[in-house]
Amino acid sequence: MAGAAQEEDKKLFDSGAASTLVGELRDAFASGATRGYRWRESQLRGLLKMTDDHEQDIVAALRSDLGKPEPESVLYEVAMVRNACKLALKELQHWMMPEKVKTSLTTFPSSAEIVSEPLGVVLIISAWNYPYLLSLDPVVGAIAAGNAVVLKPSELAPATSALIAKLVGEYMDSSSIRVVEGAVAEATALLEQKWDKIFYTGNGRVGRIVMAAAAKHLTPVVLELGGKSPVVVDSGVNLQIASRRIIVGKWGCNNGQACVSPDYIITTRDLAPKLVDALKNELEMFYGKNPLESKDLSRIVNSNHFNRLTKLMDEDKVSDKVVYGGERDPTKLQIAPTILLDVPRNCLIMNEEIFGPLLPILTVDKVEESFDIINSGGKPLAAYIFTNDKKLKEHFVKNVSAGGLVVNDTTVHVAVHTLPFGGVGQSGMGAYHGKFSFDAFSHKKAVVYRSFMGDAAMRYPPYTNGKLRLMKALLGGSILDILRAIFRRS
Amino acid sequence: MSGVEESLAELRQAFKSGQTRSVSWRKSQLRAIIDLVQDNEENIFRALYQDLGKHPVECYRDEGRLPLLFFPTSGEVMPEPLGVVLIFASWNFPLTLALDPLIGAISAGNTAVLKPSELTPACSSFLADTIPRYLDCRTIKVISGGADVGGRLLQQKWDKIFFTGSPRGGRIVMSAAAKHLTPVTLELGGKCPAILDTLSSPSDITIAVKRIVGGKWGPCGGQACIGIDYLLVERKFASTLIDLLKLTIKKFYGEEPQNSKNMCKIINKAHFERLRNLLEDPAVAASIVHGGSLHEKELFIEPSILLDPPLDAEIMTEEIFGPVLPIITLSNIQESIEFINSRPKPLAIYAFTKKDSFKRQIVSETSSGSVTFNDTMVQFLCDDLPFGGVGQSGFGRFHGKYSFDAFSHEKAVMTRGFFPEIEPRYPPWNGFKLRFIRLAYDFDYLGLLLLMLGLKR
Repeated sequence: MAGAAQEEDKKLFDSGAASTLVGELRDAFASGATRGYRWRESQLRGLLKMTDDHEQDIVAALRSDLGKPEPESVLYEVAMVRNACKLALKELQHWMMPEKVKTSLTTFPSSAEIVSEPLGVVLIISAWNYPYLLSLDPVVGAIAAGNAVVLKPSELAPATSALIAKLVGEYMDSSSIRVVEGAVAEATALLEQKWDKIFYTGNGRVGRIVMAAAAKHLTPVVLELGGKSPVVVDSGVNLQIASRRIIVGKWGCNNGQACVSPDYIITTRDLAPKLVDALKNELEMFYGKNPLESKDLSRIVNSNHFNRLTKLMDEDKVSDKVVYGGERDPTKLQIAPTILLDVPRNCLIMNEEIFGPLLPILTVDKVEESFDIINSGGKPLAAYIFTNDKKLKEHFVKNVSAGGLVVNDTTVHVAVHTLPFGGVGQSGMGAYHGKFSFDAFSHKKAVVYRSFMGDAAMRYPPYTNGKLRLMKALLGGSILDILRAIFRRS
Repeated sequence: MSGVEESLAELRQAFKSGQTRSVSWRKSQLRAIIDLVQDNEENIFRALYQDLGKHPVECYRDEGRLPLLFFPTSGEVMPEPLGVVLIFASWNFPLTLALDPLIGAISAGNTAVLKPSELTPACSSFLADTIPRYLDCRTIKVISGGADVGGRLLQQKWDKIFFTGSPRGGRIVMSAAAKHLTPVTLELGGKCPAILDTLSSPSDITIAVKRIVGGKWGPCGGQACIGIDYLLVERKFASTLIDLLKLTIKKFYGEEPQNSKNMCKIINKAHFERLRNLLEDPAVAASIVHGGSLHEKELFIEPSILLDPPLDAEIMTEEIFGPVLPIITLSNIQESIEFINSRPKPLAIYAFTKKDSFKRQIVSETSSGSVTFNDTMVQFLCDDLPFGGVGQSGFGRFHGKYSFDAFSHEKAVMTRGFFPEIEPRYPPWNGFKLRFIRLAYDFDYLGLLLLMLGLKR
């Protein structure tokens, strides 16, 4: 009977299954299949073709999972994966070359180099908000570095997860690259295994669980987490442009559900009303008078998060600070762009990463006070400032610690492949994008070539005072000291 | 323990004040470390001799190097200090493994707590007494003690932990760090093999054997993470090799090595017993071809050689960390690659060979922290090389600029102007904007131009 057969197919992916999977990939890696340039190049081309051929399917899956508008899917998910593949294809031979290193007098004669080698079998756990990008962008790095890969996409974006599983099975080498779909049980089974690297994108709570699991096997990790990314708005800037850039970074990025979305704004009491007006103006131009009907906004991913966000908005002493928006539609899981002005410092919306379409504005007397506010919380993944004041900018860059900083814009740094993308402190550890992706999945092995000439007796016992003097001179002294030590009798 | 929390709070306060970030502060602290070492040379030698029986030449060779570091900035990526860092030093190179990471932490602008090993009490006291006299004690602190103090330190939230030690210790440190999402560098160990290929020139063979003896018994009596653990050689060469090893050992250490003062003793009774147990396994004892005598009072084990002990004996499954050298014979030296690959990845692989093809094979078919050809230990001396492990031998790296990087966050900084403004970035979306975005992302400037001119559909 069809039902029973389907039940058979959906076997439980438990520890045993995970262990078998890892064993298969270890065999594949040990065979050397993934190490050559040809294999890596072919897989990157496969990934690129897969993305090109199925762009519409990807867009449809993202719309199904998140209500993501097509331009966002194209701009942030499809285009970025394509660019990552194209960059890796262009640079791969260069990245794979050993790096020559200069050697010192103490080891003369010798030559040395740093060789990049794959770590082995790696696990990539992805997130739900950019489910295509955050699954495949790290995969590009893992493949470029010559590893075998297991990818676990997020179950909260099921259409994209299923699509990725199907396409990877069709376009890529299944002996070395596999997708495991599932939720907590499957992730737990995977995390019990010994990996050579784990790359996790998500929240801090699960990040701790991943790192603790990795610790049992001494597995290195990259954790791409989040935080409250602040925007400081100074006076003397073009408020219309600043507003647009804030809006597109907030509501134009999955309706605020992005790790680098502006979380909250800090500005002066004087500037706040003008900023609110500018934001209102631009928001209406972008999303119309009835934003709940706009086709250009992602919906909230599920009812858990919908309820969480409405709770933040409706909290006592916060709900009366709404100056724009506040509308919600539970049937469509939609919340309109909402601005809150002067929320108390200690309320739910200021104590957790919002990850949604609510934008609180904190006001201060002098814009410099914003730095202490930012630094009193955990280090965020990104921090932004709009200013034309050179000194303020320098002060901000020097004193605000975050994964990355952008001056006079928001979120655009994620598209610059020469910039490492990663967090610090609570926002994570490790980085990727561009060559940093290749490095994240590589071991940099030091190799020293020595000849049999140039053997220095002073290295060996029996140790004498003469040897000590020579050693000292060679390691810390001048040529004169060296000569003196050589020619003086012990 | 309020002491630990108080110290940590003071260090956080000091870091927040921003004083550790200035170039002048960093330079003054680094110079103070150099002064510390130069002024206290005799004390250092005495402490190392007391704890480990280390000879001054070995001290100088292995512990006396202090690189001076400065910090670069580039326009787009700005290194910044992580904050308050914790450094655990191991007992076998108690000075280098304390000061080298400390130098990295200071150059990068952090405040730091140094926890020396309790197994080297004289060195630990030396650091605890001298560092506060030379360095700014509101920013750099030494906290001594045993496992309980280590445990209390690990409960706190640090911005980075740098650990040198065993894999077991590494797991404990990383698990504790996971609770606070603290990044770690783990410098662990492993069984570092030395491969000895057939060499045609007798003088090359002599030099190779000298370097092998130097690489086994030289550093801390075999108690070194990158010391040679075991030797792989073709069967037909084994007896010649053993004769040469015996000769060289005698030359370096005399007839009575325990009186030579040129080799370190075993660090403590626990490790002495551990090594005794490894040797007392009957099958292992039967394979001893040189040495094997244990001097319990002095905690001294003479340089010992084993020939083909059983591969499943503990001495071949655990890191030896002692003056016992197993020689494993193979019918063909090529088998050494599979032998090494069937075991956990070591911190270092040493290979004595003149065949370029074999060198290439070793580099591309094995994995280890580092590979050194025709010598031992020298990778430690090369400041431009990253020093660190892979797999069971650890992750993260230090030495030279890598020490600075290990204690820095590479912060991406991007600056934009208000001009130009690119309208298609913004909603409401339409067909034109979508086409624009596609072309822009493809760097298809001609296409973009045509689109703007209305000539592209």
